Amino acid sequence: MLGPTMWDVTSMTEPTFPERLLKWVVSMPPIAFLVVFFLLPSLMMVGASFRYPGEFGGLSPLFRPAETVGDTGLTLESYRFFFGDMVFLWIIAKSFLIATLTTLLCLVMAYPLAMVIARSPRRQQELMVLLVVLPFASNFLVRIYAWIIILGPFDLLYTPVAVVVGMVYVHLPFMVLPLYTNLEKHDPLLLDAARDLGASAWQGFWRVTFPLSLPGVFSGSALVFIPVLGMFAIPELLGGTGDVLIGNLIKEQFLESRDWPFGSTLSIMLMLVVVAFAALSSRLARPRVSAP
Amino acid sequence: MDTHPPLLEVRNVTRRFGACRAVDSVSLSVEAGEFFTLVGTSGCGKSTLLRMIAGFDTPDSGEILFDGRSLAGLRPEDRPTNMVFQSYALFPHLTVAQNVAFPLRMAGAPKHKLHSRVTDVLDHVALADKAGQYPHELSGGQRQRVALARAIAVLPRLLLLDEPLAALDPKLREKMQVELIRLQRTLGITFILVTHSQAEALALSHRIGVMANGQIVQVDEPAQIYGAPKNRLVADFIGNCTLVEATVTAVEHNGLWLATKELGHIIAPMHPDVAVGRVGWLALRPEQLRIGRPGHFTDLPNRVAGKVCDFLYGGDVTTYIVELANGWRMEALLANTSPGRVHFFEIGEAVELAWAHDVGRYLDD
Repeated sequence: MLGPTMWDVTSMTEPTFPERLLKWVVSMPPIAFLVVFFLLPSLMMVGASFRYPGEFGGLSPLFRPAETVGDTGLTLESYRFFFGDMVFLWIIAKSFLIATLTTLLCLVMAYPLAMVIARSPRRQQELMVLLVVLPFASNFLVRIYAWIIILGPFDLLYTPVAVVVGMVYVHLPFMVLPLYTNLEKHDPLLLDAARDLGASAWQGFWRVTFPLSLPGVFSGSALVFIPVLGMFAIPELLGGTGDVLIGNLIKEQFLESRDWPFGSTLSIMLMLVVVAFAALSSRLARPRVSAP
Repeated sequence: MDTHPPLLEVRNVTRRFGACRAVDSVSLSVEAGEFFTLVGTSGCGKSTLLRMIAGFDTPDSGEILFDGRSLAGLRPEDRPTNMVFQSYALFPHLTVAQNVAFPLRMAGAPKHKLHSRVTDVLDHVALADKAGQYPHELSGGQRQRVALARAIAVLPRLLLLDEPLAALDPKLREKMQVELIRLQRTLGITFILVTHSQAEALALSHRIGVMANGQIVQVDEPAQIYGAPKNRLVADFIGNCTLVEATVTAVEHNGLWLATKELGHIIAPMHPDVAVGRVGWLALRPEQLRIGRPGHFTDLPNRVAGKVCDFLYGGDVTTYIVELANGWRMEALLANTSPGRVHFFEIGEAVELAWAHDVGRYLDD
């Protein structure tokens, strides 16, 4: 059953010194990893966003006393540029819209599939899960090019629809797996009980199955939403010129425009929005502990 | 004559799983206000029968009538029955109060009524102070009471209980048995209980249906089931008993004379339609046998001699296992009437078992 593990409040007893030491030693490597590969790069990015772009990419040196006296090499130019034109905020908003739409479509398509898998006999479940992850066996770009061939005759290529189709296709397994893992643990007697107590099949779903599956819904949504937000390959291959998303824009700053500071600024803005979204959704995912 | 149909009538219901008949042409009827118990070993089909009454399973043949009307095609949510599950099946994401409110919401109870009804029902099972807690925060006994409260919240006309006390420890189980009887009386709801515990069946029920191999073997009041079992199977399953093969040698006005290999010639109570030469079984309950020193029971017609080979001290009674000269072993009970004394007979001591002519029961099969 899902409940007891999901809502369990582990009783906290005072840890002894060796326990605390062990905890510390064990958690050191991941902490070190996160500091080196996440925290430091993020701080470097923040630093870069306040500097001038270098002549051939990269960043210009910090102190250039020979040229302009008093110029420290730090500037708010990138931020001025970002907020000076609404188009950048609009692209972030549009990316959010596409990511939200993709997440919802994935959820609507993955939920019934996950339910069917979870309620099948054990051995069939394994086979079906294998089928869900099978597309990963072939190259990502090859699969996207396949969609160019499929969508071509339908006049949908290089439209926002093609972008969403590609996004949903690629990210569907990330929604199916957490949902399946959750639904598979549900006690079928709970649905029997709901029916017995007067709930229709539909009410049983909305009042028992769905609320119990919320942790799966939230983790699946996060696994789809966040990568879609930063995705640039799919819009580039399947989308039109008007379908530039924030991922494309950031990639462009680093590779084509060679404007690292502005690329960093865009990344920071995107990250702020994602963090705000994650905070909100984790608050929503928390179980209610109040009486009716 | 009573023209009312029984509250629940099961007519020739059969349910097959593959080649196995889990429920095999079962017929029974339960009257309104009754506490009816289906008892049998696990896998005898009692739970399958209960699930068919609740609507979770469909009979392959036969029908189930409620108030004289067939329940066929009626979904579980449309049936006037509620069920208490062995695992309780409480909704883990809902509080105690929300669990109890669930059936009321489904029935469309208005909000103000909902609250007062939930409070009432929780009071009934003494859980008013746990209303805001989640099932995982409760003890087993409390969860079991929430399951009960939830099932009786809308006052179903028939409450189905599937081994509701099986997961509780013995002391708590006894307490909940008293609680169940009280609930059934005060609410006036008809109960059908499924259990594998014969003690539970005897203690709680107005009537008991003994099931074996998918069939109902005997339906009767507890005292009849225990005192007048229909066959060896019922006699052996309900309570302890000694069973020996017996041949009828004479039919007299005061009883049957039986010849047994283990106990010699025995006189047993009369049995309808028996004839000399019939081979059947003699069933003797341990508490019906008297145990004493040799020569103590000259007034009783049935006497066998043996020696104590073991005893089991049970606090209130001690069970003596007596081995006869031919090696056959029988059990006899003796109440421990003097405090502090564990046993009246030593192991190896010669004793006599004796019983009256109206004790014991001849069974055809």
